[in-house]
Amino acid sequence: MSAPNPEGLRLQVDMIKCVGHASCAELLPERVTLDEWGYPIIETDPLPQHLVAHARRAVAACPTLALRVDGKVARVR
Amino acid sequence: MTIMLERGARQGGRAQPGPLPRLLAGGRKLGEHRATYGQIPLRRFASEDGRRKLVRAVTDAGLRGRGGAGFPTGLKMASVAAGAKRPVVIANGCESEPASRKDKMLMVCAPHLVLDGAVLAAHAVGADRVYVCVERGTSVADRLEREIAHRDDPVKWKLVRVPRRYVSSEESALVHLINDGDGRPMAAPPRPYEKGVGGRPTLVDNVETLAHVALIAAYGPEWFREVGTRSDPGSTLVTIGGAVARPNVYEIAPGMRLGEVLDAAGGAVEPIGAVLVGGYFGTWVPMPDGWGLPLTHDRTGPLGTSLGSGGIVALPAESCGLAETARIVRYLAEESAQQCGPCMFGLPAIATDLAAVAYGRCDPATRQRLTRRMAQVKGRGACRHPDGATKLATSALATFADDLETHMDGWTCTGVSRDPVLPLPDRRHRDRSWK
Repeated sequence: MSAPNPEGLRLQVDMIKCVGHASCAELLPERVTLDEWGYPIIETDPLPQHLVAHARRAVAACPTLALRVDGKVARVR
Repeated sequence: MTIMLERGARQGGRAQPGPLPRLLAGGRKLGEHRATYGQIPLRRFASEDGRRKLVRAVTDAGLRGRGGAGFPTGLKMASVAAGAKRPVVIANGCESEPASRKDKMLMVCAPHLVLDGAVLAAHAVGADRVYVCVERGTSVADRLEREIAHRDDPVKWKLVRVPRRYVSSEESALVHLINDGDGRPMAAPPRPYEKGVGGRPTLVDNVETLAHVALIAAYGPEWFREVGTRSDPGSTLVTIGGAVARPNVYEIAPGMRLGEVLDAAGGAVEPIGAVLVGGYFGTWVPMPDGWGLPLTHDRTGPLGTSLGSGGIVALPAESCGLAETARIVRYLAEESAQQCGPCMFGLPAIATDLAAVAYGRCDPATRQRLTRRMAQVKGRGACRHPDGATKLATSALATFADDLETHMDGWTCTGVSRDPVLPLPDRRHRDRSWK
């Protein structure tokens, strides 16, 4: 069920663009929770295959275009 | 092996491989500088092959960035040089860190070593344009402009006066300022080394890092490695402040122990409770337990202490570390670019809770909330501002754990009424605008 997608796709957010509409948390609760100020806390490990389509839907629904799904890692912590 | 920069020894003749100082052996004027360090060794690194040789020399020397992150400079140069477009170099001398003044001192005392390093770095990556970024409101930019006028370099110089904001010295903020006149950090990717000034690969290096590049080009990687540690070679500048006899900028060899570094600054003038190492994105080290902690750009000790940008402040045992930290975290919260939610809302909330802890208006819920919020904010900004602030706050709660208990029990802390030790810029010297 949780096999990672073969391309290593991840859900990532541009925190500068994000203003906390929180539609992502609504659409993809498996990977997105909200902090106390309503901003998304996103699980950035590669998405399991069965969630890739859902993640893309969340990306399309973001009003500020802050979300993306790609294989590039924004930051190494 | 330390030297006080303001009394930097002026040797006659060429600087020879050997003891410190390395960075301050020359002079402020071009003539004095050339007499000590010689001409820029550009001819030795002529042609494509030479450029590669220079990058390799910096890589072999093991030089790491002196701006705070300690990233390997040779690696960064190689990435920039590999880009498709002609690269650009930014010499970062903003030094917005209040606990540090080593870059300003270096730019005043050895401007031509920094400029030589920038020319060499530009040559190494194939850039023909160098932006020198300096905080506005100081005389440093004017001085540098005058010194540049005396030089004849194969690069185009551009002096950039940067807003006096803590986060404006971050590399993507400098690129943003140069491109769009807005000194706030940007989201990554792309990183400046991929796509920076004018969409070109951009090498952003701290001015001290560039001065070391000039020395490596002149004397070679083996000479560079004669001081310092295997993973953090060469000398490094630190700004030592607080309760020491001779607060100043010093050139030290990484690997020196914290206690030795304080002794180099004349030693403590009163009992020391803790030392802040690495500026305001740094960590508190308890004393005397931390006396033997070796200081390098690698993380050491239980709290992951590293030299960072080299700001070191000794806090008297009589002072309250929690109150000091609360004050600095409030400052960092005010300095947020207000772009990312967790930083915009999280840092003020953390600062308020820390103040509550410090001034005795807290309960166990405050402490739990602090811990939760710090974990939530960390790593969630476009830049590392929230990470730095929470790192400082986390180390304060650990280092001053006993004090925390006393505060929580409702005892009056005598330390909170003492004058603050950690330096902050005057409000009149802080810009509100990002332009």
